[in-house]
Amino acid sequence: MMDDKTLAELTDKAKEIRALTIDAIGYLGIGHLGGSMSVVEVLTMLYYRHMDIDPSNPRKVDRDQLVLSKGHAGPALYSVLADKGYFPKDWLHTLNRGGTRLPSHCDRNLTPGIDMTTGSLGQGLSAAIGIALSHRLDGIASKIFVIIGDGESNEGQVWEAAQAAAQFKLHHIIAFTDYNKLQLDGFMHEIMNIEDLTAKWVSFGWFVQRINGHDLPQIDLAIERAKHEPLRPSMIVMDTIKGKGVDFAENQSTNHNMKLDYETALAAIAKL
Amino acid sequence: MSNQLEMRAVYTETLLKLGQLDERIVLLEADLMRATGSKNFKDEFPHRTFNVGVAEANMVSISAGLSSAGKLPFANTFACFATRRTFDQFFISANYARLNVKLVGSDPGVTAALNGGTHMAFEDMGIMRTIPKLVIFEPSDPISLKKLMQACVEYYGCTYMRLHRSFADVLYDENEDFELGKGKILREGQDVALIATGVVMVGEALKAATLLAERGIFATVVDMHTIKPIDRNLVIQLAATCGAIVTCENHQIVNGLGSAVAEVLVEEIPTPMVRVGVKDLFGEVGSLDYLKERFGLTATVIVEHAEKVLEKKMTAVKI
Repeated sequence: MMDDKTLAELTDKAKEIRALTIDAIGYLGIGHLGGSMSVVEVLTMLYYRHMDIDPSNPRKVDRDQLVLSKGHAGPALYSVLADKGYFPKDWLHTLNRGGTRLPSHCDRNLTPGIDMTTGSLGQGLSAAIGIALSHRLDGIASKIFVIIGDGESNEGQVWEAAQAAAQFKLHHIIAFTDYNKLQLDGFMHEIMNIEDLTAKWVSFGWFVQRINGHDLPQIDLAIERAKHEPLRPSMIVMDTIKGKGVDFAENQSTNHNMKLDYETALAAIAKL
Repeated sequence: MSNQLEMRAVYTETLLKLGQLDERIVLLEADLMRATGSKNFKDEFPHRTFNVGVAEANMVSISAGLSSAGKLPFANTFACFATRRTFDQFFISANYARLNVKLVGSDPGVTAALNGGTHMAFEDMGIMRTIPKLVIFEPSDPISLKKLMQACVEYYGCTYMRLHRSFADVLYDENEDFELGKGKILREGQDVALIATGVVMVGEALKAATLLAERGIFATVVDMHTIKPIDRNLVIQLAATCGAIVTCENHQIVNGLGSAVAEVLVEEIPTPMVRVGVKDLFGEVGSLDYLKERFGLTATVIVEHAEKVLEKKMTAVKI
């Protein structure tokens, strides 16, 4: 359990990451704001409390890894990685500009700290399985974290991977679904419903928990429990709000890849 | 006359040997282990063998993950599934991510025979040829299979190997050296160059050269085992020495070997050429011999095409 001081520090950190991300997207004027905002808390808990990583050695063999399968949330992860010192913070203002090291979707070859290239939805969990199998062969006890989008969960490959991770008993995979209930074209229940998501993962043989994805203590507890699961891979379904923290964007079906001028971005940051 | 070996057995023995020498090598299968015959690898390395079930897309992205963690994965399935079904996974998770995945597609083209049209990859090389930097090759005999597998393990980067699974004539000496991207001249003649790829068509091209010689036409036969990158220097050299080219492939004539050779010729040394291959048709079921006739993949057809291109060569306006 986190003490109050840690909770206060991590709460501030999440706010800082949210601010850096809004700033980067606003500086460019457009970006994947909604899905970046909904994963800020989980990224904060992973990188500032749970993951065993060394920013001075991004390819350390026995590090914990994150496959951000919903690669379009790259901007939120870039804010974390910059803050952790993987690269200078001024890179954040190069987001999506020609020649940048911070492309809209995560690229393991361009950005220090990115563990897997993602962006074509549905492939990240499979890649995480490959990393997890390799680590098992090498006797490496690290954890492989994965963040899957809810819209991404429409992809059949997610469920191919769900079968395989359970079959191979990859208990060192801890996956999250960022269940913000919105996909690009609108609300999931109107486009392609994925309910009952919890029951689906349970039926695939996973250890499943469902939490509020913006509640730091809940995320903390869920990760702790998942780390101690001896056999099954873990799925933590996080109920989240797409666009969380940016009042005019929250839960708006237009916030997937939205225009955001810098003045509005700075005003949003001031309100955090 | 000929000494034949089962390519499948050579493939699995070679993989086992490579696996004994290099512990990075892991094998992925998608519920076709009985077809690929890779049981020997599984028996020796049960923990390095992963059967993902009937889920080829998952297999390819898992391979990419294994590669990102330092392993050297061989992922195995029929050519049709390896390419048509997993294109995006292979493109993004493996190639775009600059990883080191060795994808193997067996039963290419008409060798899918009794599995029929649904399983008949006439377009796999064409699809794959559009992936930047990917190395694409098809060994023509058991020796080149062994040597090219070794070369592909030594090369860092994704590769796609077309694998003929059944018996094939031994064409090379055990000590022959092979390099990815460097074609092999199997027979020399000054009239026309038959550039072939794969077991089926290299075999037919050699037969065609014998038939042509009986008619007083002397053909060079080239085993162009690697179609990407294509051996530009060799193509230019053949054009310069023979002045007429016939490409022979167990594949659509669109975007396969013939296209790769034509691209070199038109840019470097315009030369009369014709393509032997499947003419914009879907596959069908039948015996291998039936299908070779059906799709025009025989020595007789190569001879006809060689005579046609020689007419072009004779009437070509010299500039």
